[in-house]
Amino acid sequence: MVAEERDNVIDQPEVLRPKMVTVEIAGKKYDVPEGITLMKALWYTGQEVVRGAGCLGGFCGACATYYRTKDDPKVKTCLACQMAVQDGMSYSMMPPFPARKATYDMATLQDPKQDLFTLYPEAPLCRNCNACTEACPQKIDVREGVWKAVFGDFKSVSEMFMDCVMCGMCTPVCIADIAPNLVALYVSRAQGAHFAEKPARLDKRIGEIENGKYVDEWNRVLTMNDAELTKACAELK
Amino acid sequence: MDIHRLQEIVHQTRDVRRKQTIPKYSPAERDQLIKKYHPDFRESAYRPIKFGPNTGEMTVRELAALLEGESPVPPDLDLKPDYTADILVVGGGGAGCAAALHAHAQGASVVLATKLRLGDSNTVMAQGGMQIAVADEDSPVTHFLDTLKGGHMKNDHQLLKTMVEEGPAIAKWLLSLGVLFDRDADGNLHVKKGGGSTKPRLVTCSDYTGLEIMRVLKDEVLNQQIQLLEFCAAVELLSDNGACTGAVFKDLDNHRFVIVAAKGVILATGGIGRLHIQGFPTSNHYGATGDGLSMAYRMGARLMHIDTFQYHPSGAVYPEQLIGALVTEGIRSEGGHLVNARGERFVNELDTRDVVSSSIIRECEEGRGIRTMAGRVGVWLDTPLLEVEQGPGTLDKHFPAMVLQYERFGLDISKDPVLIYPTLHYQNGGVKIDVNGESDVKHLFVAGEASGGLHGRNRLMGNSLLDLMVFGKRSGTTAAHRARSMKQGNLTLDHLVRFRSESKRHGVSSTIVSPMVLPAYARKE
Repeated sequence: MVAEERDNVIDQPEVLRPKMVTVEIAGKKYDVPEGITLMKALWYTGQEVVRGAGCLGGFCGACATYYRTKDDPKVKTCLACQMAVQDGMSYSMMPPFPARKATYDMATLQDPKQDLFTLYPEAPLCRNCNACTEACPQKIDVREGVWKAVFGDFKSVSEMFMDCVMCGMCTPVCIADIAPNLVALYVSRAQGAHFAEKPARLDKRIGEIENGKYVDEWNRVLTMNDAELTKACAELK
Repeated sequence: MDIHRLQEIVHQTRDVRRKQTIPKYSPAERDQLIKKYHPDFRESAYRPIKFGPNTGEMTVRELAALLEGESPVPPDLDLKPDYTADILVVGGGGAGCAAALHAHAQGASVVLATKLRLGDSNTVMAQGGMQIAVADEDSPVTHFLDTLKGGHMKNDHQLLKTMVEEGPAIAKWLLSLGVLFDRDADGNLHVKKGGGSTKPRLVTCSDYTGLEIMRVLKDEVLNQQIQLLEFCAAVELLSDNGACTGAVFKDLDNHRFVIVAAKGVILATGGIGRLHIQGFPTSNHYGATGDGLSMAYRMGARLMHIDTFQYHPSGAVYPEQLIGALVTEGIRSEGGHLVNARGERFVNELDTRDVVSSSIIRECEEGRGIRTMAGRVGVWLDTPLLEVEQGPGTLDKHFPAMVLQYERFGLDISKDPVLIYPTLHYQNGGVKIDVNGESDVKHLFVAGEASGGLHGRNRLMGNSLLDLMVFGKRSGTTAAHRARSMKQGNLTLDHLVRFRSESKRHGVSSTIVSPMVLPAYARKE
């Protein structure tokens, strides 16, 4: 290794002197290396994971987990693939929660803002406890979102819940039995399907394709030999 | 050295770098760079396949072993069906959901089986966007040529033409389902420029494009009350005279075999990242173990381009907890620089993934990388540059997912650059298909990453989401149409008998059970 390369090394004391920490997984104590994710700690302790692991990138919500740090009474939520273990931490994965999802046909909804109250009649019963917001690992202001949905501000809800990974951690805490993530999903879809502007240019392009605007160009390109194609590609600006 | 001291050079050189233009490599330089540094050209990682439809062709050792592997299904398994449907879809990601919805829309009865939960997939993680030629200055033909160039001219022309032409109609379908694509002030779809494309063509939902599409498709599959089998892993196909007639599953909860009879089977099983080819970390989801390739191969389907894989240029290298996580390409699309340990740019950041990845590997192999004590190496991606160029709060506004991802580890990407290195991202090839997604095996369709030919030897950013939607639709629609006028075939394992005898004839006695289903990460000792 050249000198330059020896210098360009980031300090990671935890790697030089691997430190073990004690965590409690589903009520049982294990020693695991500090700094690995909660998910990796499950594997480290020899557990076969079938349920509770999905994308492993923080997007699918499969690994919704409750955790508590040492001496703190507050139980928090996280995604197990995105949180690092700390000494004294306790955690358990959230079991699949039997929240009710309404079924609807997005295309034929007549009055989506009113239909919300038929599909999710519990939505306006929010008692403002804010537990859903506190439970959200994505830091969405869930309670505010539920109210905005009820008041018909679908656009704001769709923007607020773009980060929602549908982990469902807002559902078991709700004392009014609302499933805020499902309400928000309905509202966001309705916003997109019924209230968003129609993109004119897209329809124009679909028409152009259907009306054969590109047929000549296709005929020209698809009959080119390899050399001609390579040239055509190189000439693209 | 303290990370902030190492990052200083990135801050110091920012103003100078902002004035630089790095030209793209010429075709000859690209070829030379890739041949020297791209992992696809590491000969020791490859070996020929011993038997089957692709006998003698080279692929990575990890995949060859699985293709030649042993089926977990005993020869005397009772094949009485537990479920019967017109169409069986294997896989619950973007391609699987699209296929199921389109088959259902044609009036077919559909069973969708997945070894994870519905929606747990690579699709859900797609951040960069979906390429659709909607801009006035763009056209499907330009999209075609850009993709062809990116794929080293090896793409199947008919597949590619089909995909680019159907793109706009796909966008319209997704909009009708309620997908919230980013818009311009006039209501038109906002398009961004992606690596390897000459025109702005990326349709996005901030940096959650895949999540938004997956959320909606998953909800729609539930709304349409399509029969689901979750935590149910396909382990073998069923055949009748060489045509596909169903599949054998293993229920991962009770370990029982489950038999599904269907007139058409659509494999939407995704890629191979979790095979950790050549020891690379991967950006892929937990179930990306190439199951569909093994099953289709045993059935006699030909594979293509299975010697080429895509290494996404920007996998997170630090902190250690983020290994395998992706840093979205959007950062480079928006002007983020790649910077080596000397504070120099070394590639045009908007070149294709294979070129950018190869150049990063070159910098690191030639000693201009930054090492971590975990034994990893990488180069800087100058994220604060975006805030300098476009104003404070830019990252938070356009890349909220990434900001949050790093914030969880106490890192502020608006102030400090991030360390990245290529990570195993995508299987460029797969099962050979025709324009309707059908493989060489009759009634066996393949959609999405499990299929091959469309992307040539390197997939362009943003083309995967479109691939899923287009070929999910076409396979679902075609299979459903055909199912109307045909009878359910018999359920046999004849193809497996043939495969096992061929394996024996070639002296292969594999102890590897294939498909893998899930990676064996649980520590045994």
